[in-house]
Amino acid sequence: MHIVTLGLNHQTAPVETRERLAFNSEALPAALHQLKEEAELSEGLILSTCNRVELCGISQDLDQCRDKLINFLAQYHQIPADSFADKLYFHTDSDAIRHGFRVASSLDSMVVGEPQILGQLKDAFFIASESCSTGLILNRFMHRSFFIAKEIRTKTKIASCAVSVSFAAVELAKKIFGDLKGMKVMLIGAGEMCELAARHFVNQGIEQVLVTNRTLNRAQELAEEFSGIALPFDKFRQHLDQVDIILSSTGSPDYLIGPPELTQALKKRRNRPIFLIDIAVPRDIDPTVNELDNIYLYDVDDLQETVTENLDQRQQEAQRAEAMVDLEVDKFEQWIASLAVTPTIKELREQVRKISEQELSKTLAGFPDMDAKERRRIEAMVNAIGNKFLHHPINYLKSQDGCGESMPATTIRKIFHLTENE
Amino acid sequence: MDIIYTTLLGGALTLYTLCMVAGFVYLFRLKSKALPWSRNSILAGFVFHLLAFLWRCGQAQTLAVTNLHESLSFFALLLALAFLLVSRKNKVPTLGTFTSPLLIIFTLWALITPHTITPQPPILKSFWLPLHVLLSFAGNAFLALGCGGAVMYLLQERLIKKKKIKGIFRKLPALQRLDELNYLCLRLGFPLLTLGIISGSVWASYAWGAHWSWDPKETWSLITWLLFAALLHGRMNSGWRGRKASLLTIIGFAAIMFTFLGVNLLLSGLHSYVH
Repeated sequence: MHIVTLGLNHQTAPVETRERLAFNSEALPAALHQLKEEAELSEGLILSTCNRVELCGISQDLDQCRDKLINFLAQYHQIPADSFADKLYFHTDSDAIRHGFRVASSLDSMVVGEPQILGQLKDAFFIASESCSTGLILNRFMHRSFFIAKEIRTKTKIASCAVSVSFAAVELAKKIFGDLKGMKVMLIGAGEMCELAARHFVNQGIEQVLVTNRTLNRAQELAEEFSGIALPFDKFRQHLDQVDIILSSTGSPDYLIGPPELTQALKKRRNRPIFLIDIAVPRDIDPTVNELDNIYLYDVDDLQETVTENLDQRQQEAQRAEAMVDLEVDKFEQWIASLAVTPTIKELREQVRKISEQELSKTLAGFPDMDAKERRRIEAMVNAIGNKFLHHPINYLKSQDGCGESMPATTIRKIFHLTENE
Repeated sequence: MDIIYTTLLGGALTLYTLCMVAGFVYLFRLKSKALPWSRNSILAGFVFHLLAFLWRCGQAQTLAVTNLHESLSFFALLLALAFLLVSRKNKVPTLGTFTSPLLIIFTLWALITPHTITPQPPILKSFWLPLHVLLSFAGNAFLALGCGGAVMYLLQERLIKKKKIKGIFRKLPALQRLDELNYLCLRLGFPLLTLGIISGSVWASYAWGAHWSWDPKETWSLITWLLFAALLHGRMNSGWRGRKASLLTIIGFAAIMFTFLGVNLLLSGLHSYVH
C-alpha cells in the first residue's frame, strides 16, 4: 500500500500545459471515479488550481502506477501523453507525504506563504470525500496536511508581511490611521493599478471612494464599481481636504499635487493626516510634500522595496517550516506502518477469543447445575488467561510500528498459524 | 533600614526591569511571546510597590511622601498605576516598554537615597499635604505616561517618513492610536495638575499665610501648567496634534521633572525636602 502523487505545477510546466490538464470542479466527481477505476487506486483525490494539477491516491502496486496515471490524464483530456509527460513529477510514500504537506503549507507555491492554496486543497478534499473517493488513509493525510499548514502559519512568520504593493500600502495605512473603517479614499486617474489598490482598501472597510480622471466617463464607471463619487478632473483639488488616503496614477508629465495644495487641505482638516500613494511613473505628486507634518507620501519604489524585503524574510521562514514538515512526515509514516500490524493484532485477539469460547462451552456443558454467578467467574478467568497470554506479543507488534517492514508481523502470523488470505 | 521594605521595593524594581527587558526583546527580536510578559511584570511590580508603600505608611503613621526617597518612590508607584489604568482603556502595545525606563530610574533612585523616616515639622502637618501631593503627583504621572507615548509617536513617525517600514515599525502601534493616547493622558493629567496646584495654594495660605509666594517651585509649576494649558488649548482649538503635540508633551515633561526634582536639588526655597 503506497501513497502516490503525480502532477505538474508552475515550476515544471508552462501555463499552456497547465490549462489543458486542468479539471473543471463540476466534473470532478466523475473524474475521480474514472481515476480510481483506470489507475486502480483504492482512494483518490484531484487538486486542480491555476498553478498546479495533481493526482493523489493510494495504490497497491507501484510498478505500473505512474503510467496508469499518465494514461488517465491523457485519456481524460484527450491529449497525447508525450506532450506533457516530461513535465510531470511523480512522488511515492514519504516523498508524496512531504510533497502534500509542502503544498498545503504553501511552501510549494509561486509566492511562498500565500494562503489561497490551503482553501483550494480543502475544496478538492471536500469534493473527493463527498463523492466517496477518499478513505481511511487520504482522510487522515488531508487532515494532517491542514493541521501542519495551520501550525506553520501560526508558528512561523511565513505569511506575516505584505508581498504585494497594494497590500504593503494597506499595511502602511493601518500604521498611520490605526483602523481604516470610515476613512475616505480618492483615486486620481482610473488606471488598473489604482483600481487594484483601491479594491484592497475597500475590503478594509473604507467608507467612501472619490474618483477623478481626465475623461469623466471612465471616472464615473469606476466610481460606480465602488459605489463612490466621480469628480471632474479640474475640481479634484478642492476635495483634497475631505480624503484620508490618495492613490494617484495618471499619465501626467507634471506634478499634480504639491505642498501648497496639501498645506491648504491640512488647514481645513485640522491637521488630520493624509496618506498619499503615488503609483504613477513619472510621478504625480511632488516628493517634497513628504516633509510636511502629517503628510505621508510613498511612491512605487518605496513600496516595492518593502515587498522585496518581505519576500526575503519569507524565504528564511520557509526553512523553519521545512523542518516542521519533516517532523510531521515522520509521524505520518509511523502511522502508515502501524496500519500494517493492526490486522495481525486483530486476528490474534479473534483467534484467542474463538478458542476460549469453544473450550468454555465444552467444559461448561459438563456442569449443568452451575449457577450464573459461578459461570461468569469461570468465563472471566478464561478471558484473563487469553488476554495475559497475548499481552507481550501484542506489545511487541506495536513497538515495531515505526520499522516499516512487517517482518515481525509475518513471523507472528506463522507462529500462531494465522492464515494469510483471511 | 527596614529589610522588608527594601526587599519589597527591590522586588518592584526587578519586575520593572523584567518588563523593560521583555519589552525590548519583543521590539527587536520580534518575539511576540515576550509582550504579555512585559505587561504582566508591570502589574506584578505595581503590587510589590504598593505593598512597600503601605508598609512604609504604616511605619511612618502618615502618607509616606515627606522626603526625597519617599517622593521618588511614590511617583513611580503612581506612574505604574497610571499605566495600568490607561492601558485598560486604550490598548497600546509596547507602551509599557517605553514607560518602564522611567519606572526603573525612579525606583532605583529611591532605593539609593537615604531611607530614614523624617519626622514632619509641625507646620507641614495638615490634611492638605497628602491631598496636594497626591493630586500633583497623579497629574504628573499621567503626563509622564503621555511623554512615553510621545517618544513612541516621534519614533514611529520618523520610521514612516524615512520609509523604514520593517522591524520595530511593525511592533509599534499606529500613529493615530498614539495620538489618541497623548490626548487621553493630557485630559487626565492636566485637570489633576491644576487641582494639585490649587490645593497647594490653599494649603500654603494655611501654612505660610499666603496663597502664592513666588517660591521657585511655585514659579516652575506655573510654567509647567502654562505649557500644558497651551497644549490643551492648541489641541482643542487649533488642531495641534501628532508631532507637534508630542514634542510639546516631551518639553512639558522636562518641565515637570525640573519642577519636581530640579528645583529641590538645585534651587532652595520653601518646598525643600527636610534633610
